[in-house]
Amino acid sequence: MTDSTVTGSAVTDSAVRAFVLCLACVALWVAPAAAQDEETVALVGGMIVTGEGDPIPEGTVVIRGETLVSVGTGPAPAGARVIDCQGTVITAGFVGTQSSLGLEEISLEPSTVETAPEGDDVDAIRASFSAADGYNPTSTLIPVARRGGVTSAISTPQGGLIAGTSAWVDLAGSSMDRALGEGLLALHVSLGDGAVEAAGGTRSTALAALREALNDAQLYRTRRTAFDRRQVRDLSVSQADLERLGQALSGDIPVVVRVSHSHDILRVLALAAEFELRLVLAGAEEGWQVATQIAAAEVPVIVQPMTNMPAQFSMLHARYDNPTLLHAAGVRLILSTEDAHGLRNLRQEAGNAVAQGLPADVALRALTSEPARVFGLEDRYGTLAPNRVANVVVWSGDPFELTTWARNLFIRGREIPLTSRQTLLRDRYRQLDTVPRGRRGLPRVRQ
Amino acid sequence: MQRSLLLIFALTVPVALASCGAPAAVQHAETRSDTVPDPDPPPLPWQVDDADDAPISSPLTAIVGGTVMTATGRTIESGVVVMENGRLLAVGAADEVEVPDGADVIDAAGRYVTPGLIDTHSHMGVYPSPHVRGVSDGNEMTSPTTPGIRAADAFWPQDPAIMRAVAGGVTTIQVLPGSGNLIGGAGAILKLHPGRTVSEMEFPGAPETLKMACGENPKRVYGGRTSFPMTRMGNVFGYRTAFQAALEYGRGFEEGQASHVEWARDRAAYELAESRGEQDEDGAPEDPGAAPNPPARDFGNERLLGAIEGRVLIQMHCYRADEMVRVLEIGDELGFTIRSFHHAVEAYKIRDVLAARDVSVSTWADWWGFKLEAYDAIEENLALLTRAGVRGILHSDSAMLIQRLNQEAAKAMTAGRRAGIEVSEDEALRWITIHPAWALGVDDRTGSLEAGKMADVVIWSGHPFSVYSRADQVFIDGRVVHDRSEGVRPSDFELGHDLERQIEAEAAQ
Repeated sequence: MTDSTVTGSAVTDSAVRAFVLCLACVALWVAPAAAQDEETVALVGGMIVTGEGDPIPEGTVVIRGETLVSVGTGPAPAGARVIDCQGTVITAGFVGTQSSLGLEEISLEPSTVETAPEGDDVDAIRASFSAADGYNPTSTLIPVARRGGVTSAISTPQGGLIAGTSAWVDLAGSSMDRALGEGLLALHVSLGDGAVEAAGGTRSTALAALREALNDAQLYRTRRTAFDRRQVRDLSVSQADLERLGQALSGDIPVVVRVSHSHDILRVLALAAEFELRLVLAGAEEGWQVATQIAAAEVPVIVQPMTNMPAQFSMLHARYDNPTLLHAAGVRLILSTEDAHGLRNLRQEAGNAVAQGLPADVALRALTSEPARVFGLEDRYGTLAPNRVANVVVWSGDPFELTTWARNLFIRGREIPLTSRQTLLRDRYRQLDTVPRGRRGLPRVRQ
Repeated sequence: MQRSLLLIFALTVPVALASCGAPAAVQHAETRSDTVPDPDPPPLPWQVDDADDAPISSPLTAIVGGTVMTATGRTIESGVVVMENGRLLAVGAADEVEVPDGADVIDAAGRYVTPGLIDTHSHMGVYPSPHVRGVSDGNEMTSPTTPGIRAADAFWPQDPAIMRAVAGGVTTIQVLPGSGNLIGGAGAILKLHPGRTVSEMEFPGAPETLKMACGENPKRVYGGRTSFPMTRMGNVFGYRTAFQAALEYGRGFEEGQASHVEWARDRAAYELAESRGEQDEDGAPEDPGAAPNPPARDFGNERLLGAIEGRVLIQMHCYRADEMVRVLEIGDELGFTIRSFHHAVEAYKIRDVLAARDVSVSTWADWWGFKLEAYDAIEENLALLTRAGVRGILHSDSAMLIQRLNQEAAKAMTAGRRAGIEVSEDEALRWITIHPAWALGVDDRTGSLEAGKMADVVIWSGHPFSVYSRADQVFIDGRVVHDRSEGVRPSDFELGHDLERQIEAEAAQ
């Protein structure tokens, strides 16, 4: 790690250390004594869908500090703040993947967009581009996403052939150190139409550029001393990029490849096998056509269920039941939306996947435990179990239905009010007679 | 002073124009010459009535046992819907409506029946899939003011999106030109029968509509080329200039009509005198010669004039509250009004103004933030508008979203309820049925389940506001256009892209 940043791995390491320390405390004390300022909250009476094993009807979830301490059927511990959850459904918070949350405020205002470098001559390969360095923990998109039960997100850079690295963030906290879960999560690559366009306009040039970059990174990794002595041939990408690519080659971080066309998917599977990458496919609109090959390679897939249009020639076979068919073939799924402003609709994506035949428990795990597992954070996130980070949502009913909503939401154990810039606007204009109207008041009405 | 003169002009000219058609000639006949009846003026080009409401055949069908949500305020448990030859014959409870002998009976027990859904804002067929240059026909961005063009002229009936929309329960759409131009052109009102040509799909007798756009899009498109308009100042100047030109064009037509009437009267008088054998020296009328040439036609000005006269319904893309009111004020000045503001994410801020003027609002449940003018969107927009008495409409602007208008309506209804703003299911259903029908001027023919209306009907597998429900059958003019058990009909374009796999699969069997 040569160029770790303040907002990246350094902080993450300290956060991990703090977390390990905390776990050690829990392990040492049989009856964990809470620190003085740590509130204990008990969610009592809801249907608990833990994300592993059977749901618990009328169970109790106990949160202390930032952590879940118990999930079961017992009574609330003495002294706990009890929240009556009868008639509700309680799940782990949803995880938004593949969106640029925190990197983008107003999509068409470049000064508010941090998803990709700007300009006409930008290199298509920018492995060292780091979402953690651009993430805005006070983005107005975050409270909007929370209202849809999203408690964490993988903030993902966009564009190019190699877009950069993503960060796992929890959707609360006014500073990076409070929000960041993992600053260097995964490397993001694309073989979508935009990426092909950025890399010479053909699949051949795009794959050649990708292969060259990986070969160079392999050389950099294995002949580092020679590289430092300038005893190797010229390499195609910068040293910062080589460093990141090296971490993908060593298996330290997974590589997410955004790809649509069935044949491109097979090419990516082959490339990943050749370079022994920890591959995750994303998009995969035509994945159902090569589902057996994806399953055989044990590669998880991030899909957006409502994407059923032949929007490009590279996805003429997009279909509504793609997740169902992938699941039936044995592929592990994450459900996503790529729209940062629309992250609150993750649950609608899941509901539609279920309507198209995906089992509901699979859909729920695809929003909770699977993202945690695929990105190596299953010890901390994704399920309702003791010692996990307390990211919890209390739903007014079926979380995937259109007539329910997130009623209470906890991130790192803290209950977060479900207000947003939008609810503030709503409240300001709720009674029009309280709104200032200038000098003239109403414009004239022509009768 | 100038402003008040303009106002008078704006208010009087449309009246004058409206009276220069055929009915005006009848008035003249009563008051003028008692020897020579005044002739009718030639019809104005836009007065040609080409409404084609040819009878359509469809089987006698009765849907029984389902929960019928009519979008008229009434929901009927175990209702009966009878239709034949394109029309709804009866809608009511089991004890009100008899199932006619010989009807095809569909058992909808446990299911829901609604009107066909209507979308006021689609770019299907003009921005179709796949998104390639060859079929990208939605924005004629060669001039900011192109009222003369028509979406129907570009509509590609083989857009794969069309039948996917039908599978989502959509039966009628308005296809609009994009919002790159201040005045983009005519919308096309279509019924989603699969067709070979747009004219096979056109809604019979629907009024003309006109797409206009406010705000960021026109100024970005043209400003980006350092050409007009580059600012919102330029946008508004563009509307005013165009409508003023249309008024003057209309005055030219009025003068042309008047001179033609004058000529025809002289001609008739001359012929009468001639038939009586009267000579010139007797003071008899002179031969007026050849008929005067009609004024040159201008298709764009004709449509703008139509908007001023109220027979062309303006559909205006506009996000910001202040901009919407500015447009209404410009309309006051020049004599037009807005039938529906589209997108209108800030409509809740001016819902009193919109209610007072009966301007409808076509918007989304929750799109926001993709540009600054969409930053103040709130989830409760439709709920607040509904409580204020504004006709709210849930539109798509998307080939994806149009497949789930029912889900979007459910979300907007829920957002209201979550905030304590009561919205009934019937009110939410109206956002995707009768209100869009009104915005398109076809609410007397479709948009609700009422006897006599077009038989545009959806049978849903469950409550249409559940994420798990699907449209089982979709009827347009009484014909089954989508049956879920048969899947979505692929367009011509979609055929044959997977032939190799199909051949291998067949060989393997």
